[in-house]
Amino acid sequence: MIEVKQLNKSFEDKQVLFDINLQFEQGKQNLIIGQSGSGKTVLLKCLVGLFTPDSGSIIFDGRNFTAMGLKEKKSIRAEIGMLFQGSALFDSMTVLDNVMFPLLMFSTLSKAEQIDRANFCIERVGLNDAHRKLPSEISGGMQKRAAIARAIALNPKYLFCDEPNSGLDPKTGVLIDHLIEEITYEFQITTIINTHDMNSVLEHGDNINFIYKGNLWWQGNKDEFLSTQNQELQEFIYATEVLKRLKPKG
Amino acid sequence: MELFYNIGRYILLMRQSFQRPLNHRYFVRQVLNEIEAIGISSLGIVSIISVFIGAVLVIQAGYQMQNPLIPGYTLGYGVRESIILEFAPTIVSLILAGKIGSSIASQIGTMRVTEQIDALDIMGVNSASFLILPKIVAGLISFPFIVVISMLIGISGGYTSAVLWEISSSNDFITGLNYWFIPYEILYAIIKATFFSFLIVSISAYYGYYTKGGANDVGRSSTKGVVFASVAILLSNLVLTKLLLS
Ligand SMILES: Nc1ncnc2c1ncn2[C@@H]1O[C@H](COP(=O)(O)OP(=O)(O)OP(=O)(O)O)[C@@H](O)[C@H]1O
Ligand SMILES: [Mg+2]
Repeated sequence: MIEVKQLNKSFEDKQVLFDINLQFEQGKQNLIIGQSGSGKTVLLKCLVGLFTPDSGSIIFDGRNFTAMGLKEKKSIRAEIGMLFQGSALFDSMTVLDNVMFPLLMFSTLSKAEQIDRANFCIERVGLNDAHRKLPSEISGGMQKRAAIARAIALNPKYLFCDEPNSGLDPKTGVLIDHLIEEITYEFQITTIINTHDMNSVLEHGDNINFIYKGNLWWQGNKDEFLSTQNQELQEFIYATEVLKRLKPKG
Repeated sequence: MELFYNIGRYILLMRQSFQRPLNHRYFVRQVLNEIEAIGISSLGIVSIISVFIGAVLVIQAGYQMQNPLIPGYTLGYGVRESIILEFAPTIVSLILAGKIGSSIASQIGTMRVTEQIDALDIMGVNSASFLILPKIVAGLISFPFIVVISMLIGISGGYTSAVLWEISSSNDFITGLNYWFIPYEILYAIIKATFFSFLIVSISAYYGYYTKGGANDVGRSSTKGVVFASVAILLSNLVLTKLLLS
């Protein structure tokens, strides 16, 4: 479980996040949703330590990340996997080398064990023939898969995903969503997903956190989601004609 | 103001870069790859430029030395001095600032805007040291060789042009090459070039590392890296020449 308490973040004199309090649970898909520019990526980057919050605390299973020294932070980082919006694969390395990279840097496994583990991860995400290919030689969906394989190589306890299905066609997007869901349950990971994809929200929202202009505006699950009375959330959900048809009457 | 901000941030980045690598064997492999990218792949252009500059220097100097009172060996002597003292270390470094600097800045800049650097940081890899240190080490190893090769090829180009167009006799030219030869000058050139390699790699890496935005900004960082590396070479050339030669 990850707890976020009274988190504030600003850049220069512009405040982006305001007093965020929330919890992400283990073995669940925790979603952060909100309009473009609402602060989702900034929140995620604060959580993983790429940005330093102005105030507040982030607690990983009882361990206060924000109060830690560099060494302790490293030990938490070893438990974090992250899937970036653009995959962020190392473009000079093959898929296999990408997935092996964290093992090479941080594990005490022998070379053969590293290759075994990397192969397991690559096959787990369904990329059986791409081991020797460079990221530029595979499709966007395959890149996402490779990035997931790299993110789970070190058996993370926490998995952060920034818009995992953006830039993919709906069908591939759904496949990636399912993959993340399966991995979350299979390895009991605390998964946090940034998304503005309605389909992901409606299918996978165990714990939905709606960010509005840098504030935590609404929390709930997918069953409470469609029937919300919250004005801003309604505007967010029913932005398109198609989704308006889903709106419960009354 | 901006300048001081950049210098401060540059020094901090260098401090972050000079940290022990996580995996030593991997580091050695990276350095070898970078020697290929920085050193070996520059040999072609350095050779071509050196041979032509050597040849042209001889033609020009020969033209100015048509006075029979000037001894015949002056040509070889003068060409040797210009190539060793200034052309091989400084001009070659300026040219390589363009070639190597732009490639380093755009490579690291692209890694920044595609979040590859964030990915390294998340894993707990020191991205600055991981990306920059192997390049710096490779530059420090490659540049002495590049400079010496440029000297040899430049002087051979000069010799060929002197003999081919009968600007000077082979004997006179070789006497000139040996005349008043001070080996320290070669060391001086190597010291300068080694320092310039550090400037090229670190400054272009700095602009790449702090790229913000997208493809346009990568291009801008790459230009900035080359321009500031060149300016730094020119300024420090003045200082180093004063320090080392007086
Ligand atoms: N490094 C930064 N420096 C300054 N401002 C920033 C920085 N990163 C983000 N911001 C600002 O913070 C606000 C929130 O940005 P953020 O990227 O979190 O939005 P988002 O919700 O992820 O949007 P999207 O769905 O489009 O990815 C924006 O107004 C942005 O300009
Ligand atoms: Mg975002």
